Amino acid sequence: MENKEIKLELRNISKHFKGVYANKNVNINLYKGEILSILGENGSGKTTLMNVLSGIYTPDEGEIYINNQLAHIHSPKDAFEYGIGMVHQHFKLVDTFTAIENIILGLKEKVTLKEALDKASGIAERYGFKVDLKKKIHNMSVSEKQTVEIIKVLYREVDILVLDEPTAVLTPQEIEKLFNIIRKMRDDNKSIIIITHKLNEVMSISDRVSILRKGEYIGTLITNETNERELTNYMVGNKVDLKLERLKLLATKPTLEIRGLNVLKDDGTQAIQDLNFFLRGGQILGVAGIAGCGQKELCEAIVGLRSYKGDITHFGESIVGYTPEHIKEIGIRMSFIPEDRLGLGLAPNLSIVDNLLLKSYRKTKGLFVDRKSARKEALEVMERYNVSAESVDAPVKNLSGGNIQKILLGREIGTDPNVIITAYPVRGLDINSSYMIYDILNEEKAKNTAILFIGEDLDVLLTFCDKIMVLCEGRNMGIVHTKETTKEEIGLMMTGARNLLEMYPEKKYGFAPDSLIDQKKEEVNK
Amino acid sequence: MLVPFLRETISMAITYLFGSTGETVIEKGGNLNLGIPGIMCLGALGGVIGVNTYISIFTVNNIMAWLLIIFALIFAFIFAAFGGLIYAVLTVTLQANQNVTGLALTTFGVGLMKFIGANINQENLTLASRSISKLFKPELYQKLGWFGEIFLSHGVLVYLAIIIAILTTLFLNKTRKGLFLRSIGESPQTADAQGINVTLYKYFAILVGSGIAGLGGLYYVMDRSGGTTFVEASIEAFGWMAVALVIFSMWKPGIGIIGSLLFGGLYILPSFLKISNVQIKIFDMVPYIVTIIVLIITSVVNSKNSQPPASLGVNYYREER
Repeated sequence: MENKEIKLELRNISKHFKGVYANKNVNINLYKGEILSILGENGSGKTTLMNVLSGIYTPDEGEIYINNQLAHIHSPKDAFEYGIGMVHQHFKLVDTFTAIENIILGLKEKVTLKEALDKASGIAERYGFKVDLKKKIHNMSVSEKQTVEIIKVLYREVDILVLDEPTAVLTPQEIEKLFNIIRKMRDDNKSIIIITHKLNEVMSISDRVSILRKGEYIGTLITNETNERELTNYMVGNKVDLKLERLKLLATKPTLEIRGLNVLKDDGTQAIQDLNFFLRGGQILGVAGIAGCGQKELCEAIVGLRSYKGDITHFGESIVGYTPEHIKEIGIRMSFIPEDRLGLGLAPNLSIVDNLLLKSYRKTKGLFVDRKSARKEALEVMERYNVSAESVDAPVKNLSGGNIQKILLGREIGTDPNVIITAYPVRGLDINSSYMIYDILNEEKAKNTAILFIGEDLDVLLTFCDKIMVLCEGRNMGIVHTKETTKEEIGLMMTGARNLLEMYPEKKYGFAPDSLIDQKKEEVNK
Repeated sequence: MLVPFLRETISMAITYLFGSTGETVIEKGGNLNLGIPGIMCLGALGGVIGVNTYISIFTVNNIMAWLLIIFALIFAFIFAAFGGLIYAVLTVTLQANQNVTGLALTTFGVGLMKFIGANINQENLTLASRSISKLFKPELYQKLGWFGEIFLSHGVLVYLAIIIAILTTLFLNKTRKGLFLRSIGESPQTADAQGINVTLYKYFAILVGSGIAGLGGLYYVMDRSGGTTFVEASIEAFGWMAVALVIFSMWKPGIGIIGSLLFGGLYILPSFLKISNVQIKIFDMVPYIVTIIVLIITSVVNSKNSQPPASLGVNYYREER
């Protein structure tokens, strides 16, 4: 490995967005004719780094060297001139164009469609792609689209190829096919970077692996000399001691039971597949999983914002087909999905009072809204949760993330819910605000509320929740008691390497022994 | 009765056609320019000033029509493109809201024309207009009976509008640059990642598109209405019709030619019927109703080929997260 030529060198790359570092002093080398994996959890800055390389983001600091020469990359056009091509995770294709039209987009040289077709089919044949280049993109399957993306990059004769999570949307068979193609490219002396968070893929395809964690460069290992466990440790970091309290309560009967849930993503692919689980009052069920493996769709399905197949019961009553309003009425609340904290939860330009009114206006009768009581409520929320804002009439978008979170929380749980669905409630918050949120959730738990807590920090999940359900690509990998598990076990389950459902089918994960659904059925039978 | 009606239909349609062709070019690049009515007024104003400049350099007597129209065209194009430049700087460079910018531009263009247009010597304009609308009218049209009357009795700008509409269709559908421009309207992220200069193309589309739309104003003042500058109100209304026509034509300038004839015919029809002023208003509504029906049909059918550019109205900023 040492005697290979260095093709690309990233030196001290830093990039931040609004004060938050997405990349901090990242150093990565890439040799000629090798496959390098970049491994990291979601939000660890992998994609940002590659966007810097392909000219979409300008780094705040750092230099890029190609063939030992300083490269100036200010736009994707420059990147192509240095022979860098990127296949983005979210395909960059024009839906209404044909494949070949997409391929010739932005080409400098004047080619006729026919010439382009000849060249592109040549490439397709060489690597064994099967795709109709005259087909429109919107008529294509995901894997066909990806094929077009790859041909598009190869057409430009790049010698550094970046693939951003290329396997996320493919079936295992398609992945194997893709890997063979990638290996063939390596044999052609191209340098390939593959971004992924799947450990088994890292092990099977790459020569070396570089690890990022929270935007920082952790190190580079030779794949043959490491193993999945070591990589997991590097990826998630060392255990941090949190002084989080886990209340020990007597759990009630199942509050919410979910059976055979199937939910689709916006693009029609499967988000949640045959999911069974239940929530008990006075218990927090944590959900672990790599981002984008169905968490958002799961929340939306429960609160009625997304259609689904399967059965959801609340105290034994089926709530299938209820409107979101009705679901709220019976006491199920969803709060804070901070990726969209302002978009879905609060109206950014309205004041705190007005945002509380959005919820409470239904209670008032008559033509005009009852601003006075809403103002009182706003002051209560501010005092109770220690919200710092200049006034209750200031637009919420001017508040800090933590304060926005508290207001949203205050509004949602102000009306005594019996189920709270919460996703990433502390993302982007400082330590103190985070603990405030945990305390509030613990208070709710003490009131026998059932809580579904979708988190990303495994340490928090392990100390804060009673049980953890692990999702991998929308499927349940098993539900474990936090007292009886380890971070490593959960890590392996998140990547799909350990599937408790398959290992112990007799345990019936996700079915409550004292299920109210079964009880109801028996009553009916009697 | 039918022959003069069809002749007038074509004559009227041309104002819309210029406007909608220009707006189509702009929208294909992903910008929804609601400043078109104002830009058409700016075009009319530019044309009038161009004519005046010609007269002040040469004389009113013995007008060289070809030279006069070149003056008018250049001035109209530049004035309208200047309106486009304001819009482009605000929306593309400064990322301002496209709708607000467009509406402000309309108010500005209409006002400026009112302000300057009122002080311009009407007699000279009437004379100049006469020679512009006569230009290129082949003498033999009278010998061709109804055919000549309907199709060949127009001024040169009418034929120019149709040629531009056809050339625009060819540009958008048959050239590489046209493909690149359309890709920006569909997905600027994709275009950018492919190394296309999004900003440059957007500026190009907005400036050229505005220039073309401005010729509609020039045509209306200097040809159809015979050189009167007190028509800003109707130009503004025609501008809105042009925007509606873009939707009606499903972003295809070729269909825009047919659509403009339909809109023009509906506008002309009442003056050929003996009806009251109130009933005329019904005809004013029809083009909008037709446009709404087209929108309903295309939405229901939901064919990918009749949809607006996917990123229409959305500003593009590369480092957005």
